[in-house]
Amino acid sequence: MTLAAPRALDPAMPLLAVRELHTHFETAEGVARAVDGVSFTLRPGRTLGLVGESGCGKSVTALSILRLVSPPGRIVSGAILYKGQDLLGLSERSMRHVRGKEIAMVFQEPMTSLNPVFTIGSQIGEAVRLHQRLGRAATRARVIEALRLVEMPEPERRARSYPHELSGGMRQRAMIAMALACEPNVLIADEPTTALDVTIQAQILELLRGLRERLGMAMLLITHDLGIIAEHADDVAVMYAGRIVEYGSVLDVFERPLHPYTIALMEAVGRLGGDERYLEALPGTVPSLLRLPSGCRFRDRCPCAIDECAKVDPVLEEKAPGHTAACIRV
Amino acid sequence: MSDVVSPNALGSAASHVVAPPVPAGAPLVEVRGLRKEYPIGGGFLGRARATVHAVAGVDLTVRTGETLGIVGESGSGKSTLGRCILRLTEPTAGSVSFGGRDVLALSGRDLRAMRRDMQIVFQDPYASLNPRMRIGAIVAEGIEIHGLARGAAKRARVHELLEKVGLSPEHYDRYPHEFSGGQRQRVGIARALAVGPRFIVADEPVSALDVSIQAQVLNLLRRLQDEMRLAYLFISHDLRVVAHVSHRVAVMYLGKIVEQAPVAELYRNPRHPYTRALLSAVPVPDPRRRPDRIRLGGDVPSPVNPPTGCTFHPRCPYVEDRCRRDVPPLIEGADEHAVACHVFPAPPR
Repeated sequence: MTLAAPRALDPAMPLLAVRELHTHFETAEGVARAVDGVSFTLRPGRTLGLVGESGCGKSVTALSILRLVSPPGRIVSGAILYKGQDLLGLSERSMRHVRGKEIAMVFQEPMTSLNPVFTIGSQIGEAVRLHQRLGRAATRARVIEALRLVEMPEPERRARSYPHELSGGMRQRAMIAMALACEPNVLIADEPTTALDVTIQAQILELLRGLRERLGMAMLLITHDLGIIAEHADDVAVMYAGRIVEYGSVLDVFERPLHPYTIALMEAVGRLGGDERYLEALPGTVPSLLRLPSGCRFRDRCPCAIDECAKVDPVLEEKAPGHTAACIRV
Repeated sequence: MSDVVSPNALGSAASHVVAPPVPAGAPLVEVRGLRKEYPIGGGFLGRARATVHAVAGVDLTVRTGETLGIVGESGSGKSTLGRCILRLTEPTAGSVSFGGRDVLALSGRDLRAMRRDMQIVFQDPYASLNPRMRIGAIVAEGIEIHGLARGAAKRARVHELLEKVGLSPEHYDRYPHEFSGGQRQRVGIARALAVGPRFIVADEPVSALDVSIQAQVLNLLRRLQDEMRLAYLFISHDLRVVAHVSHRVAVMYLGKIVEQAPVAELYRNPRHPYTRALLSAVPVPDPRRRPDRIRLGGDVPSPVNPPTGCTFHPRCPYVEDRCRRDVPPLIEGADEHAVACHVFPAPPR
């Protein structure tokens, strides 16, 4: 079987369903509810974009799916259903078979995720050997194939390179090759291009899109960049202070954003080459997870807030077909 | 003896001793043929084996009250350029003049005096503030070094600066770790403003901040410019941010300016293939628009052995023979639009 062969997965069937996930961090000052009741679904061949600012819980959500949250963080409740099975009920041993083989992850900073003392080829080979019984020659062939798949220039030579000998873009290609070497069904990409220059970012995002289409993977694309979401995601979930505040198809959310936070984020980005002298700036900062306001967490910064917003903790409700928002004002 | 050294010392350009005042719109900072080369290899007492051409001959002008944006990817030399202009790094060759005075010829007391006119705001608001100093002391440091005010007058001046950047005088006795990234960047801006500069190099000032906070800081820089007629050299890798703050924009590639124009002209009529690739690579927050993307192959080449001729030629989709051979000069055409390209020259005057 080759890496580029499409998989027979039913695109209508949910591959990964996160249900009411709560991940908390117990600190000296109290409990920070970093992920506070998050639910979403990934389907084969589709990309869900998870967008939000730093501290909103998007990376903790990703780590929770792979059960890689380290103490003082802890998954408190919820379910992570992969092909119908709850990953939270698996033994650590079974979980190791899921990581990399079924669900793989690409991190933001390739330099800290790659081991500096091993060659790219041996690190990808290790990932392959962990999940598949392959001989030395077959492993090597698989490594080169994975590097070729991510359009690494001179794959045979690059397999023998150490991470520091590669440019940032090539390192990220190596990371993606490692993630894809075992043909995962789900790829989680956490800010995969944030450390890269914009022209290299465009290369890597196009690569990820092509691979997702060819391999039929489901993808969770985590980013702070609304432009990346608009171009590369099918659906989008907007996160704020540990919650999803808006969820829908990319077309619906960008053309008819409902939640005041989503609207504010879009206005803060502005238009490239636009003539606005001053940007629409949201006042204040993201609240501390230890000191969340009562009611709606966004109300302190919200231009539409009314007294009622301090009393009601809004839940995600369907405001239009397939388009939900957590706001009592829309 | 009064606590105040000069009643007019702060915020007023006229009291500065080194460079004379410059009317609005007139050239304030002029850079000609600036180069910065670093020897590499060799090590201790060894002979350098190669040279990094970080800045490879840059000419630019910043006018009073205007923002010149410098965009480029990592390794383009944009930060080194900013540091050379302020002489935080000594340039290898070229000239820098401020209000007609030769900055590179200054030393000692004159150089220190010049630094009142030229300040910098750094990228990382976490690394650029001393964690052991209180906010008030951080902002007051420049006032003390330049002997601008003492005691109660100094404290009043710092309060005024904190308010100017949207902080409160109550923050005076706090430490940097008590502040968010956006607030720290406001402290960095207050520190730069404390000595009453006319020119500020802002080196990626919002790159470490979330988008909602970026907009706050960009608006603050804008407002301060409007109020105090500040000139900015605004360095960023983010074309969207540069578009918002700049009057004119220069695009750098491998230590050189490859294109420069007023902001609207540059974003509407980019000429250089690198500028066009850069602009087309920016993700557009509109799902219906699939941008016509110019795909650049490969990475930025090493500034150690830059390619011959036009340094962009190995990645350029429009490369011709002469591009491999001849270095294209930066030539200005109509609409103040200057381009360094054989194939797509500046629009004719």
